[in-house]
Amino acid sequence: MSALAYDTTAMLGRQLQRVRHNPGLLILTQTMPITMLLFFGYVFGSALAMPGAEYRSFLVPGLLVATAANGIMTGMFEAARDSHRGVMDRFRTLPMSRAAVPLGQAASDLVLTTAGMVPLLLVGLAVGWRIEGTAAEAVAAVALLMLFRFAMTWIGILLGLASQSEEAAGQLGGATFILPLLSNAYIPTDNLPGWLRTAAEWNPISAVTTAVRDLFGNAPVPEGAAWPVAHPVAGSLAWCAVLIAVFLPLAVRRYATGGR
Amino acid sequence: MTSTYAVLSEGLEKRFGEVHALRGLDLAIAEGTVCGLLGPNGAGKTTAVRVLTTLLRPDAGSARIAGHDLVREPDAVRRAIGVTGQFASVDGDLTGRENLRLFAKLRRAPKAHARADDLLDRFELTEAAGRLASTYSGGMRRRLDLAASLITRPAVLFLDEPTTGLDPASRNQIWQAVRDLAADGTTVLLTTQYLEEADQLADDIALLDEGRVAHSGSPATLKALIGSYAEVVVAHADAMPQAAVVLDQLTGGEPHFDHERHAVGSVTTDPTLTLPRLVRELDAAGVPLLDASLRPPSLDDVFLRLTDSPTDRKDLVA
Repeated sequence: MSALAYDTTAMLGRQLQRVRHNPGLLILTQTMPITMLLFFGYVFGSALAMPGAEYRSFLVPGLLVATAANGIMTGMFEAARDSHRGVMDRFRTLPMSRAAVPLGQAASDLVLTTAGMVPLLLVGLAVGWRIEGTAAEAVAAVALLMLFRFAMTWIGILLGLASQSEEAAGQLGGATFILPLLSNAYIPTDNLPGWLRTAAEWNPISAVTTAVRDLFGNAPVPEGAAWPVAHPVAGSLAWCAVLIAVFLPLAVRRYATGGR
Repeated sequence: MTSTYAVLSEGLEKRFGEVHALRGLDLAIAEGTVCGLLGPNGAGKTTAVRVLTTLLRPDAGSARIAGHDLVREPDAVRRAIGVTGQFASVDGDLTGRENLRLFAKLRRAPKAHARADDLLDRFELTEAAGRLASTYSGGMRRRLDLAASLITRPAVLFLDEPTTGLDPASRNQIWQAVRDLAADGTTVLLTTQYLEEADQLADDIALLDEGRVAHSGSPATLKALIGSYAEVVVAHADAMPQAAVVLDQLTGGEPHFDHERHAVGSVTTDPTLTLPRLVRELDAAGVPLLDASLRPPSLDDVFLRLTDSPTDRKDLVA
């Protein structure tokens, strides 16, 4: 096994142990979308033009993507927690791969959040959501969600490493809940005023949400949308590729130099 | 390895914006010795350790650690060193055992789990091994820090204020561990606020002031630099001038008067001045002597005198 793979595996183990000792944040971030599904699905759903059952089918993919987008917040919080404590400097004085610390964090995040999709999907099934496409398309939807989570986590890791304190990271991370509100995750964007609709459709969350709805067969691709939403799978892959290509190297470099 | 110095630095410089933290740091630490890095706050001790442990890149100058170039071969340096201190610590979110197992894996220690258990045992942490490190007392935490630096035996161990805030029993445990390591041939670079600690552990001392080494040498050499303090207590105030005259002849130093205690004192760097001779001369001159002492300087005196530390305790030695 290469040094990078070995060190990353060791760091993945460390992250999983940390979560085992202190599962609070994980439980909170994974139960929140279930609460939102029930609230939005039954409270807001009753006020929308769309019938309630149809809205809940529409909402489940949106919540899956919004939860994946929470990777920014979790990534920031975890990276800031490390970078303002002495253990990070000990890692930097060890003869280990520079990229292993952030890679281990991103890998453990992926393992945990993939497992965390299961309860949301089960509650979704209970309130009327169904997989209406093929099994292969459903697997592709889950894989896309994982890829998107991975991309979001790297944005979070970079911001967390750059943040002044754990508290600052917590506050800024908390503010990211606004991102899915400016997308089609919770509502269709068709009726938004022109400029807002354009902004929402260029939000990566919209492309991924549309792709997941399409792959699960829950809702058709909307007509006349911006390119990433009109071609949701290609648009999502392009967004993820760009975000990872930008933020992964920046985060690894930031970690390696420690801002020195 | 070609050099016999475990740490050899020349002209290391480090700036943080306007602050010139290191202004040409020259250090030469022989293999197998313990070097104490002393200096007032802001002298550059921690910056020096961070540069020498590859955490900060120097702006100028060069250094070799265990024969490896600090800037060009950072990974070779990292393989050769252990670091423990205020900044490089363990993960409070893991248990003591998990911490040591993790560091053992990252160091590629053969039989990582067994090595972790050995170290837990050696540092009396076996009972607490399953608890989160964040729940440890200061002394336990520092022992775990030290254990984590000793997974594979480092050629050079950097200890940044290893006993700050510890109770005397915990401090003694750390001291003993450092002595054992030095006896095994590990080179130790130690920064400390406690001069007694440097006096106890260090073979050599480097006194840092404003980012460079102001004085260096063994504790005895540094003490000899500033001399001993001779003090006599006389029976009544009228005898004090007479005592001062004799002291002046013997030491050549400026006399200090303590009128409350009827004491006169003065600094001497004359190695032939002994207590019996001091007493004989004073007695011969008819000074009514009650008490006399010839106190070698403490490292505190050395520190205060040689670093221009702003303090009103200067009168002890000046």
